[in-house]
Amino acid sequence: MRLIVHNMLSCNIKGVVNKFPLRIEAEKVTVKEVDFNPDFLRYMFAKIDWKALVDGARSMEYTELPDNAPDTTTLESDETFLRKFHHALLELHLEEGSLVCPETGRKFSVSKGIPNMLLHEDEV
Amino acid sequence: MSNRPELLAPPEIFYDDTEARKYTSSSRIVEIQAKLSERALELLALPEDGVPRFLLDIGCGSGLSGETLSEDGHHWIGLDISASMLHVAVEREVEGDLLLGDMGQGLGLRSGVIDGAISISAVQWLCNADKSSHEPRLRLKAFFGSLYRCLSRGARAVFQVYPENIAQRELILRQALQAGFGGGLVVDYPHSTKKRKEFLVLTCGTVQTSIQTSKNEYDESCSEDDNSDDEESEEVGVSDRNRPRKRQRTNTKVKGREWVLRKKEQSRRKGKNVPADSKFTSRKRRTRF
Repeated sequence: MRLIVHNMLSCNIKGVVNKFPLRIEAEKVTVKEVDFNPDFLRYMFAKIDWKALVDGARSMEYTELPDNAPDTTTLESDETFLRKFHHALLELHLEEGSLVCPETGRKFSVSKGIPNMLLHEDEV
Repeated sequence: MSNRPELLAPPEIFYDDTEARKYTSSSRIVEIQAKLSERALELLALPEDGVPRFLLDIGCGSGLSGETLSEDGHHWIGLDISASMLHVAVEREVEGDLLLGDMGQGLGLRSGVIDGAISISAVQWLCNADKSSHEPRLRLKAFFGSLYRCLSRGARAVFQVYPENIAQRELILRQALQAGFGGGLVVDYPHSTKKRKEFLVLTCGTVQTSIQTSKNEYDESCSEDDNSDDEESEEVGVSDRNRPRKRQRTNTKVKGREWVLRKKEQSRRKGKNVPADSKFTSRKRRTRF
């Protein structure tokens, strides 16, 4: 599971209001290279929740991202930043661990890189 | 498959380790999935500006349909309820991210983040109640409602569906429209029992003017080997079918000179005023007359 997916996942339990972001408990993290595409990064930047991305990256021991979201000029011209953004968003993989709902504390396990988002019958 | 898998077992049980591996290693299944995915991607009508999109593959299985998305350069999330299928996908090292989840429980994605969604032969599973807690209408409602929320404005969702009957198709379509989607059904090859494919094309938000019409059988330039016996051998022309079949006029035999002379003799015996016989008797008149 990559952080681009973590940035979109929310807790689906019935009645939960504070669904996003899920907290990451990482046990095993891998890095896989992905082709660098600045257009896609700029396109996705508009949809990314920046704080969730920074927190998620820190949970996976990557601390190179700035706390505050960069402005448009940085996005357009700063390739160093784009490389860091690319690495955090698309190349870090959570292989083993769990995702924790911020409100209920429910843990969704991640095994072989696949989060298990199945709910029990009473949670639907 | 001679039997519909929905009637045999729930998807997470039917697609166990054996069935998942068998499904993925079948070259015919791989080919069919690739064709359906290409068609779904075509119907998705993504803008061709060269920027990859972030798509959702619902019921991705072992990643056969997602591979078409990767070949087009897009990034995708695959969602499936069968852990065995997802494990086969991991072994095949698919490029998309995989989620183990039940679409009938809602998708659990943030609002407005998905640029498009495809689904190959998966949504009809929602019409079956596999547990006592399952209610097909509510599961379809949860699915389409959460999908509508997570799609961005103007995005599309294309489902290749395999409904059991008309009631199932109408149930799926009604739940989609009630969730707020526009759009409808696109049927490729509607007259062929084997080649017929149904795509549910849904638009989120702004309604676009044109929806692509379905493919016709005669548009196909070359026939596939395994479908050659099914296809018609030659085209029937439209003009042939519409021309009314007029009956041929029978050409009656023209009576000769002997008949005319005999008739004149009969008339004389009856006392009628008959012209005299001559060499011109029974000859045709000039056209000018």
